[in-house]
Amino acid sequence: MDGVTRASGGPRRPRPEPTSGAGRPGGAARPARSRGRGRARAHGRSLAGWAALAPAGLWLGAFFVVPVALVAQYSFATRDLGIARVVLPWTLDAYRLAVDPAVLPIFWRTAAYSLSATLACLVIGLPLAWFVARHAGRWRLVLLGAVLVPFWASHLARIYAWKALLAEDGPVNRVLGLVGLDRPGGLLLTDVAVVVGLTYGYLPFMVLPLYVVCRRFDPRLLEASQDLGHGRLGTFVRVVLPGLAPGVVAGSLLVLVPSVGDFVTPALLGGVNQLTFGSVIDDQFRGGNNWPLGSALAVLLLAAVAVLWVARGRRAREVL
Amino acid sequence: MSEDPRETPALDHRVPDASGPPAVELRGVTRTYTDQVAVRDLSLRVGEGEFFSVLGPSGSGKTTLLRMVAGFEDPDGGAILLGGRDVVGVPAHRRDVNTVFQSYALFPHLSVWDNVAYGLRRLGLRRAELRARVGDYLDLVQLAGYGRRRPHQLSGGQQQRVAIARALARRPRVLLLDEPLAALDAQLRAQLRVELTRIQREVGTTFLYVTHDQEEALVLSHRLAVLRAGRVEQVGTPADVYERPVSRFVAEFIRSSTTGGSNVLEGTVRTVTGAGNAALVEVSVGEGAVLAELPPGRALRRGQPVAVAVRPEKARLYSAEDDGPPPGWSRVPVRPRDTVYTGAATEHLVEVVGDPGATPLTVFTQNTRRAGETGPGGGPVLVGWEPRFSVLLADEPGRGDGGAEPGGRARPTAADGDPTPGSAPTPVGATSRADVS
Repeated sequence: MDGVTRASGGPRRPRPEPTSGAGRPGGAARPARSRGRGRARAHGRSLAGWAALAPAGLWLGAFFVVPVALVAQYSFATRDLGIARVVLPWTLDAYRLAVDPAVLPIFWRTAAYSLSATLACLVIGLPLAWFVARHAGRWRLVLLGAVLVPFWASHLARIYAWKALLAEDGPVNRVLGLVGLDRPGGLLLTDVAVVVGLTYGYLPFMVLPLYVVCRRFDPRLLEASQDLGHGRLGTFVRVVLPGLAPGVVAGSLLVLVPSVGDFVTPALLGGVNQLTFGSVIDDQFRGGNNWPLGSALAVLLLAAVAVLWVARGRRAREVL
Repeated sequence: MSEDPRETPALDHRVPDASGPPAVELRGVTRTYTDQVAVRDLSLRVGEGEFFSVLGPSGSGKTTLLRMVAGFEDPDGGAILLGGRDVVGVPAHRRDVNTVFQSYALFPHLSVWDNVAYGLRRLGLRRAELRARVGDYLDLVQLAGYGRRRPHQLSGGQQQRVAIARALARRPRVLLLDEPLAALDAQLRAQLRVELTRIQREVGTTFLYVTHDQEEALVLSHRLAVLRAGRVEQVGTPADVYERPVSRFVAEFIRSSTTGGSNVLEGTVRTVTGAGNAALVEVSVGEGAVLAELPPGRALRRGQPVAVAVRPEKARLYSAEDDGPPPGWSRVPVRPRDTVYTGAATEHLVEVVGDPGATPLTVFTQNTRRAGETGPGGGPVLVGWEPRFSVLLADEPGRGDGGAEPGGRARPTAADGDPTPGSAPTPVGATSRADVS
C-alpha cells in the first residue's frame, strides 16, 4: 500500500475547475443598462434608505453619543460641591484618583466577579444550548422559551427574589443546612451571592448565541473526526469547540460586558466588601457627589470594554 | 470514455489478489430500525485491493451497510470482519477504515493541509514524516499548493478530493466511499470517476463504494453487489451483472446511460432441447419464439411461465424485405411504435405482436451509415438475437408460476459472488469473460 510515494514523483498541476459565474457572457451588458434612468433610481433609493435610518440616527445621537460625550467631558472637569456638580478648570485630577492604588482591589474584584459569572454561564449554557439545539426535537422552541421567559421579568425583581432565596432562612441555606453547610446570615453579602446573581441575570445572553452556533454545527463533522481516529475528548477539543468558538466568544462578551458594569446585583446581594466598579461609579454620582471621578471611571470602563470588543476575533464577528 | 461496460477501464485493472482473507466480510448482518429492516441477513466478501461497489436504489440499505462497516452503527445480528477480525462493537475511531462522506464533511475551521493532517495526529508520526505524508496525499489528489486554503475557498470537486486525501492519508485497510460524487454536476462527476480509478490503482487500497448510480458502479468497480430491500440480489463483475442478471430486478435496474435497462419478455416454455451445457429452452412470446440457454441445474416444465431478458443493444431488427434472423436465433414479430435518433445510435421502440399487454421492447442500432441511407424499408417487423444473449430470469415468488425451485438463483455466473458464509473464496473478478464477448 505504498503506492502513494510513487504518486508523489512529478509535479502535478491541479486541474482548473469551472467556477460558477466566472466569465458570464452577459456581464458586459449590465453597466451600459444602468446608465440613465437606472442610475437615477438607484440614487433615489439610497436617499429613501437614509431617510429610514434617520430616526435611529437621531435617537442614538441624542441619547447615546451626546451623553457619552458629556461624560467624557465631565471626566476632565473639577468637582463642585455646590449645585453645578462640575466646574472648570479642565484637569486630569479625576483620572489620577481613578488609577489610584486604592481603586485597584475594586477593579480586580469586578474582574473576578464578571469572569466567574461568564465562566459559570459558559459551563451551564454550553451543554444546555447543545441539548436544546440538537436533541430536544419538537421541544426545542419550548425549552428555548423556558430559558428566555424569566428574562422578561424585571431584572430588579429577579434579584430581589434571589435575596429571598439566599437569605438566612431562605430555601438555599436550609437545604445546605441538611448537609451541615449552612451559614449564619445566609449566603447574602458574600462573593458567591454576587456571582450567582450575575450568572442568573445574564445566562440567556450566553445561551442565545451558543444556541445559534450549535444549530449551525454540522453533526457529520463528529463522525468525520471519529472516523479519523479521534475519540470523544479529542473530537470535542479539536472540532466541537472550534466550531462553536464564535458563539462562545460572542456569548462571553455579552455576559462579561454588562456584568462588569452591573451595580444593582452587587448592591443588593453583596455587602460593603462586595463593592464593584459599577457600584463605585454609582456612588460617585449619588452619595459621593464626585461627578468627575465617576465620569473618569466610566470612561475607563468603556475603554476596557472597547478593547475587549476589538480583540474579540474575526470568527466571533460572524455571530456578534 | 466508452459507454460499453465491456470496454471500461475497470476491467483493465490488474485483478486484485483475493487468495488471502477478505478485506471486509459481512456474515448474516441484520440491522433493524424501529419502523423497518434496513439490512437483513446480508453476507458479502470484499477481496483485498478490490474496488467493490454496493449498488442499490434509495432505501435498499446500502448506506446503512457502509455505516456499519465504518462503526457509526452496529448491526443487530451477524458479524463484520475487517481483515478476519470481528469488529462489531469496536468504536469507529479504533477501526482500520476511513470514510469519504457524500457531503465531504471537511472541517471548516482547518486549512486543507490541516484537514489532511487531522487523521494523522494520533498516529505518533514525527514532524517531518507527517509533513511528507500530507504532501504525498495532496499530490495524489492533485491539490499540491492548495494546502493553505480553507475548504470554503475550494470548488465542490476540489473539496471532494481533499476528503479523499484526508481519508486515504491514514492508509486504512479499507476506504469507504458514501456516494462521493452524488453532489457534483455531471461533468465533474465524469472527471472524478476517472480520478477515482487512477487513485485506487495507485494506492491499491480496498475501496468499498456505495452508490445508486448504475453507470458509476459499472465503470468503476472490479465487482459490485446489487442490493434490494436490504438483501444482496447479485454479486459479480460489471459484465456479470450487466450481461447475466439473475433476476428481473437486476435486469431492469442495471442500465447504462445510453441503452437503458434490459428488455424483459414474458412467455411460456414451449420446448427444451438438448441436455447439459447445450440445453436450449424455447419460450413462446406473443407470436414469436425466444431461445435461451438453460443453465445447468435448472429444470423447466412445458407451459411454465418464464421471463427472459435481453439487452437493447444485443437484439437486431429486420424489415419485411430482409431474410430475417438466421435459424437458431430468437425470432419475435413486432410492430414499430417509435424511433428516436440519438446520434451514434437509433433507439427503436417496438410492440410485440400477439402480446398487447407487454411492455414495448427497446432495440438499439448503431448508426454506422448516414441517416437517410439506412432503415429497413417499411420499418421493422421482426426482432432477433442469438440464444446466448437471452438471460433466463429466476422465478420470482408471487408471480404465479408455482414452479420455483430452490436452486433457481444459483446460476453459475452468480456463484462467484455467492453470498453464503463459508463458501470457498473464489478468485475475484475471474469470471469467464470469454462467453460474454
